[in-house]
Amino acid sequence: MSDHKTMTLTLIVWRQKNASDAGKFETYTAKNITDHHSFLEMLDCVNEDLIHAGKTPIVFDHDCREGICGMCSQVINGAPHGGQDRTTVCQLHMRKFKDGDTIYIEPWRARAFPIISDLIVDRSALDKIIQAGGYTSCHTGGVADGNAILIPKPVADEAMDAAECVGCGACVAGCPNGSAMLFTGAKVSQLAILPQGKGEASARVKNMTDTMTECGFGNCSNHYECMAACPKGINVKFIARMNREFIKALVV
Amino acid sequence: MILDGKCPTGPIEQTWDKHRFDLKLVNPANKRKYSVIVVGTGLAGGAAAASLGELGYNVQAFCYQDSPRRAHSIAAQGGINAAKNYPNDGDSIYRLFYDTIKGGDFRAREADVWRLAQVSNNIIDQCVAQGVPFGRDYAGYLDNRSFGGAQVSRTFFARGQTGQQLLLGAYSALSRQIKLGSVKMYDRREMLDLVVVDGVARGITVRNLVTGEIESYAADAVCLATGGYVNVFYLSTNAMGCSVTANWKAHKKGAYFANPCYTQIHPTCIPQAGDYQSKLTLMSESLRNDGRVWVPKKKEDCGKHPAEIAEDDRDYYLERKYPSYGNLAPRDIASRAAKEQCDDGRGVGPGGRGVYLDFADSIKRLGEDTIRERYGNLFEMYEKITDENGYKRPMRMYPAPHYSMGGLWVDYNLMSNIPGLFVLGEANFSVHGANRLGASALMQGLADGYFVIPYTIGGYLATVKPGQVKTDHPEFKKCEEDVTAEQNKMLGINGKKTVFEFMREVGGLMWENCGMARTKESLETNLKKIPALREEFWKNVKVTGSGSELNQQLENAGRTADFLEFSELMCKDALHRNESCGGHFRSEYQDAGEAQRDDVNFCYVGAWEYKGADKEPELHKEPLKFDNVHLAIRSYK
Repeated sequence: MSDHKTMTLTLIVWRQKNASDAGKFETYTAKNITDHHSFLEMLDCVNEDLIHAGKTPIVFDHDCREGICGMCSQVINGAPHGGQDRTTVCQLHMRKFKDGDTIYIEPWRARAFPIISDLIVDRSALDKIIQAGGYTSCHTGGVADGNAILIPKPVADEAMDAAECVGCGACVAGCPNGSAMLFTGAKVSQLAILPQGKGEASARVKNMTDTMTECGFGNCSNHYECMAACPKGINVKFIARMNREFIKALVV
Repeated sequence: MILDGKCPTGPIEQTWDKHRFDLKLVNPANKRKYSVIVVGTGLAGGAAAASLGELGYNVQAFCYQDSPRRAHSIAAQGGINAAKNYPNDGDSIYRLFYDTIKGGDFRAREADVWRLAQVSNNIIDQCVAQGVPFGRDYAGYLDNRSFGGAQVSRTFFARGQTGQQLLLGAYSALSRQIKLGSVKMYDRREMLDLVVVDGVARGITVRNLVTGEIESYAADAVCLATGGYVNVFYLSTNAMGCSVTANWKAHKKGAYFANPCYTQIHPTCIPQAGDYQSKLTLMSESLRNDGRVWVPKKKEDCGKHPAEIAEDDRDYYLERKYPSYGNLAPRDIASRAAKEQCDDGRGVGPGGRGVYLDFADSIKRLGEDTIRERYGNLFEMYEKITDENGYKRPMRMYPAPHYSMGGLWVDYNLMSNIPGLFVLGEANFSVHGANRLGASALMQGLADGYFVIPYTIGGYLATVKPGQVKTDHPEFKKCEEDVTAEQNKMLGINGKKTVFEFMREVGGLMWENCGMARTKESLETNLKKIPALREEFWKNVKVTGSGSELNQQLENAGRTADFLEFSELMCKDALHRNESCGGHFRSEYQDAGEAQRDDVNFCYVGAWEYKGADKEPELHKEPLKFDNVHLAIRSYK
């Protein structure tokens, strides 16, 4: 339980009261942190100290705290989610840091993600991309038996590789162009790979990429930072796949 | 009062089909005149909002997260049940119905459970059509795995992220309707009151979590799909934002709360590491397909490295106690058995609160690659949290609060006792009885959302005139004022203890005295301590900031205030139910560790009516009848 030695850390955190505030970095100390604390539990402890001291706690998005809801979103020491391979902030543990470390904590920074407060940003642009075509247009009820559509395991597996995206936006935050190509490519690919989604593939890729541009996301220039930042390890090959789908859609 | 669930009668196989025919319809041209509010966008709410929008109703959907895709259904790992019988191993709708009734320890309604089993097959088809990438075999057919409480393989899965994929399916259907304009989505909104006018649900009051504004929304019907309440234990597998607030506010406006004492403690969660911990993480029940659960036979071995404990010195207690189900015994039974071993001083890890889940035999039989293929993401998650490698050393597990079988009372149409208020998914009480079987929550959420509410809500709306009450009605203003006043009160206290400190305290009391085992004495202790803690909260809580901004402390304070009231009702319910059944284990009522039901006196749904602050709630009973599955002692031996 508490048989671990504790750490003291210096945090340099982006504080911004609301969207119109200019925002600035503030320095805090995190004390009595063990290596079993998750990063967010470390922030909880800092917030408890701030509240007791009558100061405004740091706000950040979080919910499931088990790496699947995609709500948590912090850039830690310059890396979205802290830079541990395939890990969201909530699953990042303090054993990855050492006593005396200084840690910089910032929100996602991208043109399409305006800051709401402190570390919280508005990611509704990602919802808009899905609304533009990230679905099959099936109705509730009246569909065929699940086994009427055969999908061999390698095909189902590849679709699942793309479908694992949690929609956190780390790919955008990690990209020097603020591009959402990995996010969009993953959904376009999942549905283009599966027979259920093939019928609408052309319209889908056009509508989703148009929306991507309208929302202010940049283009892809092959840095692969998105893949490095992705907590689910979504592969950039899905961007290539989206580009192929896009070209196919142009010639049809 | 004796409650009537309005269940259809006649041969159980025909009940749902007959009822669907009997329900009134709203014609397509009239549907657009009606508006429906859906609160919560998990499997139940997301599926309902999408399906109702598609039918032509004007839907307004609400969630507290920044996107409807994030509801906590997303965290379900293992799978979803359906009676497809694809593996040819003896499954049928009747068997799924039977297993669920028995699994719930005979405390659920037969008709509701039958309907669930019947529509389970449609759910799989629906999700496949949406592009959910379920696990398949090389020929392309859907694959199945086994889950607890069943002797057939009926669980469909998408790696260890089934809930995520099903939710993204519902979210995609919802997104399509948002684009088409049939659903208006309101995110970052928390429901803080139900607006009831002349006894009928007419709308909701919400807080805009970004601006702090208190907003009103009116509709012809309100659907709550607001999830469960096990964060009442503070530490649970639920998301941080899960709360009883929406349900509790509806309860205070007259909706009956049924069986609040039925809570599920999931047997395989990662044990707590420290006091600062904010939540517990579940490891899918599917792991028990290939993992064997054990503790040392001798207390003195508990501190040893597990590899040093000889095979003969290990107690595979589930296999010993329940030979026919073995490691796949149902959740309530597996959890209690783990507690029993730890209470006996044979637990492992910090504080002796842990049992081993060992994959060595399966790895020897199938190879590490196969185990990685099946559960790789779970082993990874385990390692991230504990810094231990589950392939090399058995995982340590301990039970944790996971799901609430209790919830707002609803009739067969999923309508509460307040006309116009419907309750879906985990938020209602209807199908899991006193214990839920694994892979049944996803099934229920989607059943309610895709295949039940689209029919039953029409039956109600066809009887009412659309648009009778708008937000300019004085009751909406009153609700806004009440919500604002409560918030201002919390903000004005400026005491010494933080919201977290109160929540940890009430959660601790609930876990200690109303958790896996309860006694008359422990419950009475809570009934003294909780009101005192609540009083202290309203004098000594410290909530920073203001109401007119993004304020997470204020959000949590409101949820904690509601848990401080709800926890008392939960203890009262547990105290009144002088029997043990499913997840409700009263230590006084047992037969050598097995739950002892009292069917003569307690074969009913206990639904509580709120009578006002500091007044005793009134208990209403709905007797349960079992015409198809005979009441029997539930045995997994």
